[in-house]
Amino acid sequence: MLATIVAQNTYLRAASQLQSLSFAVHIPLVCFGIALPAMIAYFEWRFLRTGDELYRTVARRWTRLMAALFAIGVITGTILSFEMGMLWPGFMSTFGSVFGLGFSIEGFSFFLEAIFIGIYVYGWNRLSARLHFLCVLPIVFSGFTGSLMVIAVNAWMQHPSGFRLRHGRAVDVHPVAALFGNSFLWNELIHMYVAGFMVTGFLLAAPYALGKLRGRWSRYERTAFTLPFTIAAVLSPLQVLIGDWVGRDVATEQPIKLAALEGLAKTTRGAPEHLLGWYHNGKISFGIAIPHLLSLLAFHSWNHTVRGLDTVPPVDRPPINITRLSFQTMVGIGTMLALLAVVYLFLLWRRRVLPAPRPFYAAAAIAGPLSVVALLAGWVTTEVGRQPWVVYKVMTTTQAVSTASSIPVSYGVLAAAYLIVFVAAIWVLRRLALMDLPPLGEQADAEAVARAGGRTA
Amino acid sequence: MHLYEIPIICVLVGLALYVVLGGADFGAGLWQLESFLIPHRGEEARRRAEENREHAHHSMGPVWEANHVWLIFVLTVTWTAYPRAFGAIASTLEVPLLIAGIGIVFRGAAYALRAGSASARESALIDTVFSLSSVLTPFALGTVIGAIVLQRVPVGNAAGSLIGSWTGLFSILLGALVVVLCAYMAAVYLAADAHRAGEEALATRFRARALGIAVIAGALAIALLPVLHADAHRFYTRLVAGPGLVGVIISVIGGVGTIALVLGRRFDAARASAAVAVAGLIIGFALAQDPIFLPGLTIAQAAAPSETLVPLLFAILAGVVILFPSLGFLFTLHLGGHFDVAERDSGGVSGDVGAVLAPSRPGLAARTAVAGLLGGLGFLTIADAPWAHIVGVISLAVCALSAIAAVAPAELAAREEDG
Repeated sequence: MLATIVAQNTYLRAASQLQSLSFAVHIPLVCFGIALPAMIAYFEWRFLRTGDELYRTVARRWTRLMAALFAIGVITGTILSFEMGMLWPGFMSTFGSVFGLGFSIEGFSFFLEAIFIGIYVYGWNRLSARLHFLCVLPIVFSGFTGSLMVIAVNAWMQHPSGFRLRHGRAVDVHPVAALFGNSFLWNELIHMYVAGFMVTGFLLAAPYALGKLRGRWSRYERTAFTLPFTIAAVLSPLQVLIGDWVGRDVATEQPIKLAALEGLAKTTRGAPEHLLGWYHNGKISFGIAIPHLLSLLAFHSWNHTVRGLDTVPPVDRPPINITRLSFQTMVGIGTMLALLAVVYLFLLWRRRVLPAPRPFYAAAAIAGPLSVVALLAGWVTTEVGRQPWVVYKVMTTTQAVSTASSIPVSYGVLAAAYLIVFVAAIWVLRRLALMDLPPLGEQADAEAVARAGGRTA
Repeated sequence: MHLYEIPIICVLVGLALYVVLGGADFGAGLWQLESFLIPHRGEEARRRAEENREHAHHSMGPVWEANHVWLIFVLTVTWTAYPRAFGAIASTLEVPLLIAGIGIVFRGAAYALRAGSASARESALIDTVFSLSSVLTPFALGTVIGAIVLQRVPVGNAAGSLIGSWTGLFSILLGALVVVLCAYMAAVYLAADAHRAGEEALATRFRARALGIAVIAGALAIALLPVLHADAHRFYTRLVAGPGLVGVIISVIGGVGTIALVLGRRFDAARASAAVAVAGLIIGFALAQDPIFLPGLTIAQAAAPSETLVPLLFAILAGVVILFPSLGFLFTLHLGGHFDVAERDSGGVSGDVGAVLAPSRPGLAARTAVAGLLGGLGFLTIADAPWAHIVGVISLAVCALSAIAAVAPAELAAREEDG
């Protein structure tokens, strides 16, 4: 008996880590799926309006990137859908009928995206200019509906409704209400959608900022830097407000997650907020306490009582330090990005030209990778903070996980595969960046377009 | 027909499309492998092998992603409509699914990487990885179907044997048959593509391959029958002497018809009849299996409640209404050769909409952005009512859009001197 429990826990750990790894690989690609088509559409629209070839060049270069990243996203997305059943059969068997609808619709958006990316990538100069531009719009649209569906499922796991449990089976199921009538959906969706634009914006701008530091700063680089960076910069301060909104919903609906985020051991009236530090033996060591701030932020009240971890037995608490550190990482990086954005917008307001100081571009270059760290930290916060539940207060991850003894092997094999693909992807992105764009329009070049550009699909 | 049967029909249609469209892509990878495995003596033979490989690679082109999303459709509809069956299948058959997954990862990666390959040696290496993984995935998925036919997937969390469930002789042979079918369809498609492009020598080479592999596929299919008779008697009787016979007959007609059409160089018609042969196989499988999904679990018992099935079917219907015309557009462009034609007019178009949307008044846009920010702060951050939050989110969206308009990124970038 004991042996089975120990074995189960090992699989749980391997399964969770495999799932986290696969998500971590996939989520940055999702950001590009959300935001990159809109940015490409902007430049193609500019080209149609002005006839300025430069805008089309930017759009074509980024199309190449979009196709390559989408192709990798199809792979990692397929693996994720395999893993849903391979790793969590208990979860799928019991609740597939409740949340599965969301993924089915998401599958269709993915499909729509794939079809129009195919048309768009291969259609440069082979469709009329207007028609080609129109073909990017379904890609933008399906990026939104896709994330809407996936977030609907995640929000349902965080805040489940739309069914009753009888003898371990879901009955009285209402999938539409479960997925879309959920108060958690909207703030989580907007938080992620905005994050998608921030990550894409900062990451796309980063190589051009590096180029500026090395002296490459023609109009092409300036144009390709300014749009993504401006979008990300405008959204960064707004994301602080949106994140605060999400936090208040967590405070009312998932009090134990909030207690873990803040390392609040005991239920406290007028609870303080701790910056930095480490949770140990029921308190935060080496942290900076700001009195009453937690009550004020979470409940808009100076003396509101905040539930502590002591209100549930230890087995029902998430891992405190992982949750708390990733939360602080997300908030910390988010704040720095917002500050950078405010500096940028302030300089623009004063001078009406792009900032000149080198440190600004160094910061812009670092903002790219940092925003990915914040994105992943945010997902760790919400997913680890939900533990031990897979469906909040309904099913634990231990009940959901597969009993197949091959899970640790799968973990090793897929981790190795992802590592190889990651190295290879970096290699091909570098190669593509160095390759020249094939000239448009001549029959002989159709081959070259196919090889160098379109073939990334 | 019962409500609970409609989703499985959709799944089977999706599966058929995946085998017909995605399968041909896997098969194209297989033919690239052939050009490595068989030694080529002399310059001429090597050049031809290289040409075959390039042709196989090119024909996949724009429809590549779309073909492979069918698998995701099959998975998501299955887990929504038949969650208990999906949980049992995915957990017991974890190993072959992992193998299929590894194949998908490396195949896709190799495909994306080929764009960056500069030398012949690099692309040869990448093509080898690509072809090997093209074999792995259809084989593993074939063994999964085999395990279901052999009734070796009990209901429950990984309740069946992790290895024994999918390594029965029938499973292995079925895996091989799926690989051969992929190769067969690819050869027919590649011959059709070459024929359309006017490359008759290339078309002849793939025609020979299609005929050769058709014989192997037929032999394998016949070899499967005695194994089925021994290992899955119920399935066997229902297939050769029961409802499944319809599918077998369709498949045989389609298969023989394809051979005849390939012989007569009617490649485009052969493409269609090859698809019919595959559809026949899937119909036969479904009718022979019906009404059992897994041992002790009928389709009716596996199905989710109708409260789930009805919205799911609406979603599928809506999806089909949107997707099929889009897919039709993509395939018309692809098969009609529009992707191969020369330049169309693509000069700049000036529009009035553009003039209206142009950030001609940055001052106004900036003030709107500030107003939106204040609105967001008030309605989203300070207020607590749900309706206020909606207003707050809209205010923030207005703020973001007008702030970007106020910055006017393109004009900002153009303003500076080159330096």
